[in-house]
Amino acid sequence: MSTAAEAPKYDPAYNFAFLDEQTKRMIRRAILKAIAIPGYQVPFASREMPMPYGWGTGGMQVTAAILGPEDRLKVIDQGADDTTNAVSIRNFFRRTAGVETTERTADATIIQTRHRIPELPLREDQILVYQVPIPEPLRFLEPRETETRTLHALKEYGLMHVKLYEDIAIHGHIATTYAYPVQVSGRYITDPSPTPKFDNPKMNHMPALQLFGAGREKRIYAIPPYTEVASLDFEDHPFTIQAWDRPCDICGAEDTFLDEMVTDDQGGRMFICSDSDHCERRRTAGHTGPMTRDAAE
Amino acid sequence: MTSTPNTNALLRASGLSKFYGGQVGCFDVAFELWPGEVLAIVGESGSGKTTLLNCLAGHIIPTSGVVEYRRHGEIMRNIFKMTEAERRSLQRTEWGLVHQNPADGLRMTVSAGANIGERLMALGVRHYGDIRSAALEWLERVEIDTERIDCRPETFSGGMRQRLQIARTLVTRPRLVFMDEPTGGLDVSVQARVLDTLRGLVTDLGLSVVLVTHDLGVARLLADRMVVMKDGQIVEDGLTDQILEDPQHAYSQLLVSAILSA
Amino acid sequence: MYVAVKGGEKAIRNAHRLLAKERRGDPGIAEVSVPQIDGQLSLAVDRVMTEGSLYDRTLAALAIKQARGDLIEAIFLVRAYRTTLPRFGGSEPIKTSEMVIRRRISATFKDVPGGQLLGPTFDYTHRLIDFSLAAESDCPIADLAPSPDNAAVPTIASILDREGLVETEVDSDPTAVPGDVTSGALDFPTGRDVRLQTLARGDEGFLLALGYSTQRGYARNHAFAGEIRVGTVAVEMFVEELGFAVPIGEITVTEVQMVNQFKGSSTVPPQFTRGYGLSFGHCERKTMSMALVDRALRGRELGEDHVGAPAQDEEFVLSHCDNVQATGFVEHLKLPHYVDFQSELELVRKMRREAAARAGAQEAAE
Repeated sequence: MSTAAEAPKYDPAYNFAFLDEQTKRMIRRAILKAIAIPGYQVPFASREMPMPYGWGTGGMQVTAAILGPEDRLKVIDQGADDTTNAVSIRNFFRRTAGVETTERTADATIIQTRHRIPELPLREDQILVYQVPIPEPLRFLEPRETETRTLHALKEYGLMHVKLYEDIAIHGHIATTYAYPVQVSGRYITDPSPTPKFDNPKMNHMPALQLFGAGREKRIYAIPPYTEVASLDFEDHPFTIQAWDRPCDICGAEDTFLDEMVTDDQGGRMFICSDSDHCERRRTAGHTGPMTRDAAE
Repeated sequence: MTSTPNTNALLRASGLSKFYGGQVGCFDVAFELWPGEVLAIVGESGSGKTTLLNCLAGHIIPTSGVVEYRRHGEIMRNIFKMTEAERRSLQRTEWGLVHQNPADGLRMTVSAGANIGERLMALGVRHYGDIRSAALEWLERVEIDTERIDCRPETFSGGMRQRLQIARTLVTRPRLVFMDEPTGGLDVSVQARVLDTLRGLVTDLGLSVVLVTHDLGVARLLADRMVVMKDGQIVEDGLTDQILEDPQHAYSQLLVSAILSA
Repeated sequence: MYVAVKGGEKAIRNAHRLLAKERRGDPGIAEVSVPQIDGQLSLAVDRVMTEGSLYDRTLAALAIKQARGDLIEAIFLVRAYRTTLPRFGGSEPIKTSEMVIRRRISATFKDVPGGQLLGPTFDYTHRLIDFSLAAESDCPIADLAPSPDNAAVPTIASILDREGLVETEVDSDPTAVPGDVTSGALDFPTGRDVRLQTLARGDEGFLLALGYSTQRGYARNHAFAGEIRVGTVAVEMFVEELGFAVPIGEITVTEVQMVNQFKGSSTVPPQFTRGYGLSFGHCERKTMSMALVDRALRGRELGEDHVGAPAQDEEFVLSHCDNVQATGFVEHLKLPHYVDFQSELELVRKMRREAAARAGAQEAAE
């Protein structure tokens, strides 16, 4: 965490959270519509933000629209608070909204994330905002927006299952490992954003509100709290999540998503929790992993 | 056609016309199709038979006239009064369409098995093993080597592609199948085999079929009844055997004499 | 012992400082000024204003300086700035027929009322690098002919129109408010208003390639440059309290009207069709390309066959012509993707293990 002297100062020249109130209202209307139709992609007039499209502008606009002065914001990318883009976005909100920021999942009221869901189960008073590059789960099967819109409207999802069938026929497995399509509330097929499929089960009946922002593609969608979210599969090829054959080298966790670190060019490897806050909390609580245990001995 | 409307008919066209600006596509077409019946619409190119088929299948909106279809357990309804959603649902479930060019009716970039399985999956079948067995069963039925189940149609010959298209269309046992020159694009030597497969399936499954063809031989082999089209209008209709044996209209006589001499 | 790598924040700050240093360059060399960019690299400024969708020369020049000459980066800066500006209304449509003309040419007639005015153009220069430009030189002198009287310069379109030779562009619904791409998501199929807006702020290179493709046969539309105009027009705004429109400023625009493949039917005699392009400042290449692509995209409403050419594909063209969106997404690949990569690694390793096991079992069986 940077020192107070280095953190960007709140700049009151900007409207709170950068966007003007009209724009925030427009985005909130889109969010409400999205919550009313779980998993349905609502078009919205995405604004040009000071960050490039593709770098989280959608998530940022959602966050900016719902952020209040009392909120505590956490921003993660690949599960960590300290990755460059997470730092950049967190600083943006510090500067334009002056809100308190935190790295502790438990303390946050709003969590903006890229590519991971925190390991710690979220609560009803929290909101998870996902950054989404391509909101349309059928996009790579059908490039035309006119056609995919119709398929969703008519619940014509045969194409999606054809892809899954084909994967099993060719590879023996469903070959999608991230951005694994889900069906929300038994209706819309939705892209959970490029989170690893490992995280899909967390979305099911999550107590927190889940909001999804795609700035470049100009879509917002939502999963209300306690909504059914089912990963697509076949009865005889059920959805499974990734597993590692070793625990986190630092904290010993056996049920988290692990990052693989290359330590030398001889094939040396370390595996560490991708969720940096989670790993830190476990270590503080006294848990150890193979590497920290060895060092202690 | 002056038959009294039969309330058990499956499909009915009345006063059906389609104009393209000043040009006639089809004009004042009327007929009925009963369950289990194969009706051939016969004519040369430019006769309006393809326009007619497209109207019947709900792909183009007629200029005037009505197309009615009786959904399972329901009464006759004008298909153009249905919502687009309902029409599309009909096209996916109770209807089938076999295109002249098999590539138009197949996904060329996914395997034969996936092609056959798609309609099943669209209906909600979620057991990979079951889908695969159904695909294997149908490949056998249309006489495609089951080893080819994971191959893409790109690697198939024209005849094989057409047989795959037929399997893909019939796997969900649609009540009504539209066929547009099903053997039209194939080599003569291959046509006979595909026709034979079709005939077997139509009989086995008791399909109702509207079949468009320029080839009276195809009509003779597959159809119970036929209508002859010329310049957008029906010039003669009746049982296939009767027309072939004793054509009344001059144009029908011309067509019939052509196949007899071939 | 392994310590989690921290310091992303510090790394970013240092990178920013280094960037500022690189931008300034050698302190022994004079700093480039915003007026210099505005005045002497004016075509770069014109492009940034056009694709940035904001007419402000100083701002565009400043953006170019900040972006170290990377024009797409400068366009991005301008667009982001535009988002923060309050919008207080819309102007009346500009009247290019009343333009104070600096340049006006037509390829469709040898001579036209008002004449062919070449203006400042690279067109007939020989592309030989002028090494004398490496040193500062005396200010070149050029006499300017007076701008012609508007009445003496009728538009080519109006000339052809007198005989009914060219399709008349008519508002299908004069009361309809034009769409606004900056306040709504693109919806396909679009109307021509939305198409033109998107093309106007679209990337010059992309549109140039698409326009070129139509000339090479990918949906050829037999284009002739009916008229190219560059000059200043007044911008007027209707003021409620006054009850009439007042001029609020002047801008320079480039307008291109292409005359294209004629079209007729059994009921309507043939007429030439049109393609339109408009940009801020002097952006001829962009505006001509825009007019070619506009015409290609009108294929559907003109009842032309869709031959599968990229320039005819509205969804393809309009979804990919915004370079700010494009660069954002292309460059986002630089962001960490290691979690997703990890997922793929796991699957690939698993499948390879299975393949090895199958091969092993097969060998054992033999």
